[in-house]
This record gives sequence, C-alpha cells and structure tokens, in this order.
Amino acid sequence: MIGLPHYLAVAAILFTIGVFGIFVNRKNIIVILMSIELILLAVNINLVAFSVYLGNVTGQIFAMFVLTVAAAEAAVGLAILVTFFRNRGDIAVDDASMMKG
Amino acid sequence: MPLQAIAFYLMAAVTVAAGFGVVSARNPVHSVLWLILAFFSAAGLFVLMGAEFLAMLLVVVYVGAVAVLFLFVVMMLDVDFAALRQGFARYMPLGLLIAGVLAVEMIVVSSTVATRGAAAGNDLPMASGQGVDVTNAEAIGRVLYTDYVYFFQAAGLVLLVAMIGAIVLTLRHKPGVKRQLVADQVLRTPKTGMRIIDIKPGEGIGE
Repeated sequence: MIGLPHYLAVAAILFTIGVFGIFVNRKNIIVILMSIELILLAVNINLVAFSVYLGNVTGQIFAMFVLTVAAAEAAVGLAILVTFFRNRGDIAVDDASMMKG
Repeated sequence: MPLQAIAFYLMAAVTVAAGFGVVSARNPVHSVLWLILAFFSAAGLFVLMGAEFLAMLLVVVYVGAVAVLFLFVVMMLDVDFAALRQGFARYMPLGLLIAGVLAVEMIVVSSTVATRGAAAGNDLPMASGQGVDVTNAEAIGRVLYTDYVYFFQAAGLVLLVAMIGAIVLTLRHKPGVKRQLVADQVLRTPKTGMRIIDIKPGEGIGE
C-alpha cells in the first residue's frame, strides 16, 4: 500500500539530487538553475502529498504559488545569464566578480 | 491496489533517475531533456495522488514554458561546456557524502512525521476519501478565489515584475538601427520638409 511516507521519500531523494547537482556542477550556472528547479519540484511534491493526505487543499494552493515563483525565477535567472554571456562571452560562475562582491 | 503500487514505483523510479540525469549529463541539452522527463513523471505522481489540476499545471508551466526556455538558452549560448565540467570529479566524493547524509536525515524525519504526525493513518487520498463529488480543480478554485485571492493577485504581480525584469535585462539598443521618431514626423512642416527652387529656362539645376 502506497502511503504518505513513499511520496515524502521520493521528494527527499529528488531534493538531495538537486543539492548534489549544485555541488558537483559548481561552474555551470545553467545546470545550477536546473538543480534549483528540481529542488522546487521536490518541495511541491511534499506540499501536494501532505495536502492530499491531510485532506486540506491549502497545500496545493501553496504548491501553485511555488510554481509561479519558480517560473519567475527561471525567467529572470536566464535573462541575467543571457546578459552576462553577452557581456563576457562566457558563463563561468567563478569569473563573475565584476561587482566586486 | 497493486496497480497503484506499480504505477507509483514506476513514476518514482523514473523521476529519480531523470533527476540524476539532469545533474550528471555531459551535454546541457541532454540535461534539459532529462528535466522534462522528471517534470513529466512528477506530474504522473501528482495524478496518482489525486491532484490532477496541479499535474496539468506542471505539464503546462514547467514542460511547456520553463523547460523550453532552458532549451532555448542552452542552444543559443555558444559555450564550451566541457570546460565548465572541470571539478566534477573533484567535488563528487564530498557531494555524495553530503547528499547521502541529507537524504538519510530527510527520509528518517519525513517517515517519522508520516507515521506519527497529523497525517498518520490517513491512507485514503483526498479525491476518493472525501466522498464529495467535487473535482480537484473545483476544490482549488473554491479556496483560491476566496481565501487566497490577495495571494493570487500577488502571484500575478510577481509574474508581471519578472516579465518586465526579463525584458529590461535582455533589451539592447543597437547603434545604427533606424527607428521611428513620432515627434519629428509631427513637427515637420512644408517649410522644413521641402525646398522650392526657381529654375530658369534652359539652365537646369547646376548645383
């Protein structure tokens, strides 16, 4: 019988894969953005699973808002990436020190 | 019930495998394709839980918009992706260690919550458990447009700001491109726009 723990385990593994992706692809900002999308997807699975098994639809509403923010984040992140590539001709994150931060 | 279990394990395995493909593919285009597969099978998991509306939203928004956006950017940028993979092997052991610890911790905590927490014992998913003939989309709509209407508007605002931000960031004024100047066109009079030359017969315009 498939229950709540199963879905939570899948979400936990997916979240971990996302974090792992950020670790190993430190230079490739495109893969970092995709890893963030994976992490947000894992969060969404958690929200929906709890929403379904608690019988409360609020979790799904919040998953929808997470989806919205993820889409906005991807759009702005990729726009920054394109601008950065246009200025530098490369997307290596290590060299991103123009702002002396 | 076994059919549901088979579907769950299939979707879960495909989701996790696709997630691993995203972070380990050599070619970023393959990464994006794995990402699409991950979103798709996650949508399958949502359907399995009875959250059909969010599943369709996931397909439309993530697969239809976000993943295609990624695909566009990856294919548009002319980058040496092999150079960006340097350090992959170096960070692999530490990354695996941290990821393993993280996964074990989260699974232990979440299974404890699931078996002892507020949701313990709720084995029936909402769609069949409630017994009310309200579809998932209707249930979401009833709450979203009443209790969360301000949040809904704020989400629209977030998208608007993101859209304007993306346009502002990528808009570029090229020098040498001819553009329409409406004010100049409106202010143009016959006096500035044309010249009347009195040509004497037999001479022509000798300028």
